[in-house]
Amino acid sequence: MADRRIKVIIAKPGLDGHDRGAKVVARALVEAGMEVVYLGLQQTPESIVRAAVDEDADVVGLSILSGAHMPHFRKVRELMVKSGLGNRLLTGGGIIPTKDQGKLKELGIERVFGPGDDLQEIVDYIRNKAGRARKE
Amino acid sequence: MKEKNRTSWEKSFERSGLRDADFSTISGRPLRPLYTWEDMAEIDPRTELGYPGEYPYTRGVHPSMFRGKLWTMRQFAGMGTAIQTNQRYKFLLEKGQTGLSVAFDNPTLYGLDSDHALSAGEVGKTGVAVDTLADMERLFDGIPLDRVSTSMTINAPAAWIFAMFLANAEKRGISFAELRGTLQNDILKEYIAQKEWIFPPEPHLRLITDLMSFCADQVPQWNTISISGYHIREAGSTAAQELAFTLADGFAYVEHAIAAGQDVDDFAPRLSFFFNAHLDFFEEIAKLRAARRIWARAMRDKYKAKNPRSWLCRFHVQTAGCSLTAQQPEINIVRTALEAMAGVLGGCQSLHTNSMDEALALPSEKAVEIALRTQQIIAFESGAANVIDPLGGSYYIEQLTNDLEEEAGRYFRKIDELGGVVKAIEQGFFQREITRAAYEYEMALSRRKKFHVGVNEFINPSEKLEIPLLEIDESVEREQLDFMRRIKAGRDNGAVRDGLGTLTAAAAAGRNLMPPLLECARRYTTLGEISEALTTVFGEYREQPFY
Repeated sequence: MADRRIKVIIAKPGLDGHDRGAKVVARALVEAGMEVVYLGLQQTPESIVRAAVDEDADVVGLSILSGAHMPHFRKVRELMVKSGLGNRLLTGGGIIPTKDQGKLKELGIERVFGPGDDLQEIVDYIRNKAGRARKE
Repeated sequence: MKEKNRTSWEKSFERSGLRDADFSTISGRPLRPLYTWEDMAEIDPRTELGYPGEYPYTRGVHPSMFRGKLWTMRQFAGMGTAIQTNQRYKFLLEKGQTGLSVAFDNPTLYGLDSDHALSAGEVGKTGVAVDTLADMERLFDGIPLDRVSTSMTINAPAAWIFAMFLANAEKRGISFAELRGTLQNDILKEYIAQKEWIFPPEPHLRLITDLMSFCADQVPQWNTISISGYHIREAGSTAAQELAFTLADGFAYVEHAIAAGQDVDDFAPRLSFFFNAHLDFFEEIAKLRAARRIWARAMRDKYKAKNPRSWLCRFHVQTAGCSLTAQQPEINIVRTALEAMAGVLGGCQSLHTNSMDEALALPSEKAVEIALRTQQIIAFESGAANVIDPLGGSYYIEQLTNDLEEEAGRYFRKIDELGGVVKAIEQGFFQREITRAAYEYEMALSRRKKFHVGVNEFINPSEKLEIPLLEIDESVEREQLDFMRRIKAGRDNGAVRDGLGTLTAAAAAGRNLMPPLLECARRYTTLGEISEALTTVFGEYREQPFY
């Protein structure tokens, strides 16, 4: 497994068109040697998890700046568990208030990123967690 | 020929220790250490600057600028239901705001009803939910639409949101001729940056042309489009890209309307623009001045407009949301003040100042009041409004204005080579250019070549959030759904079906769509019903995801 590249699905669920962060992160992950499948806009939790299964992804990253992060993360988590991807890393970013970050932790989404977070930190987090998640 | 003193200065400068090897604008434009009168030798003030209110309008669109009338202070606002947003408008007007600006929620921006599956979780979250004329009635209840101008940030379904706005004015007995305001209605930048469309580009362009022609006849004071660089910049573009792509979109609308048989002087005076004011103070001012000059030159010389009003690049400015930080949000007040000052010195016609909590939530009342007060301080305390184009003649500003005009020119030629704006969109040209610029900026931050206070420098590690944040309660969605159901139950559904039939027939036959849209709005047809009906004729559009 050591030489297998980390595979990351990045998606924008719902109606939010703000894709700057998603694209910048996608590019940073590629530069860091990972494989990125960017699904683009207007994805549903179903389409995202279907892609994660098809691609056997290590990581699913959601980008949400519309305020609809709670229902989307909840649903994606639920579908990932149902599809046998419960051990894969689910993370994401956007405008996500601290209070909701606590609620996301309860759903098993340990960490999400926001405006101003360093790209390298995001890359490192995904690299550290992705492999481990798969082995568990 | 260099002056002796200059040679002497250059020597002294070279001997000085510098704190960095590389000085550039936030867009990465390399800068000289000093701009002098010698740099101005090639700039003829008579042809490049002129006088305010005179061609090529570099110094401003009005002869008296802010001595005559201050810019309109217009805060973009919308949240939850129409009732909540109406309260916010009344709050802002009471605090001295001089124009309204409607923020719609995501489902509305996509032309979807609140009960659509994709709307779940998004109703009223980032703007106000509007499903039918009844929401428009609640939104503007008690607001004098014949006296306050209204801007609406709506694009893909702009024509039918506007139809609802007109139907509401009609019910209140306000004549269309008295209405003043602006529709954003700029679909090209949606494909380029903001990504909220319904149909492929061609039918959207036709709707825009229909609306322009309808307004030229019936709503003469309305700005039919606000050609927007704001979102392009927020998506990560440079200042020059924002300038070039926005004006290229503007030229595309002009060409489309001319091709549809309209006279340029019939519609061009109602075109307006919308730019970002970012952190790099001087580059932003230069960008706004360059925009006026480029537009005037093209409209007069290339598109042969004869009415001087057709040459005017009139614009709204909003400070840069993307420049604001979630960290130490209070310092965003300072960023916004600098950006707003750039907008004013750049000669804007209206201005929105972002609230300090922009990176965290929709603005709280306290935050938006401070943002509005910032404009009032600039207008009434700083002295910036006393003299027209006070930075005109600055060696640096004039050189930057010229450089930006040239760089935009290079982009225009590139876009032409690609076959025009629509073709360039389809090839992902703009999207890639913007994403590359956004990535380069993030890398510059990550490598500490550029700085963002509180983010990659001067960080406060023990920071606690101390400002109140606005929350949109989950109950908003239920309330909105209930309200929409009640409206649908109370209307004449036969009349709605007939109206939609007339609409799709007009769409297929190529007739102007504004009259049947207005009729649909009067019958309380929902936004989503109209979108679906038109989709049966126009089809859908999916973007290839580029990054």
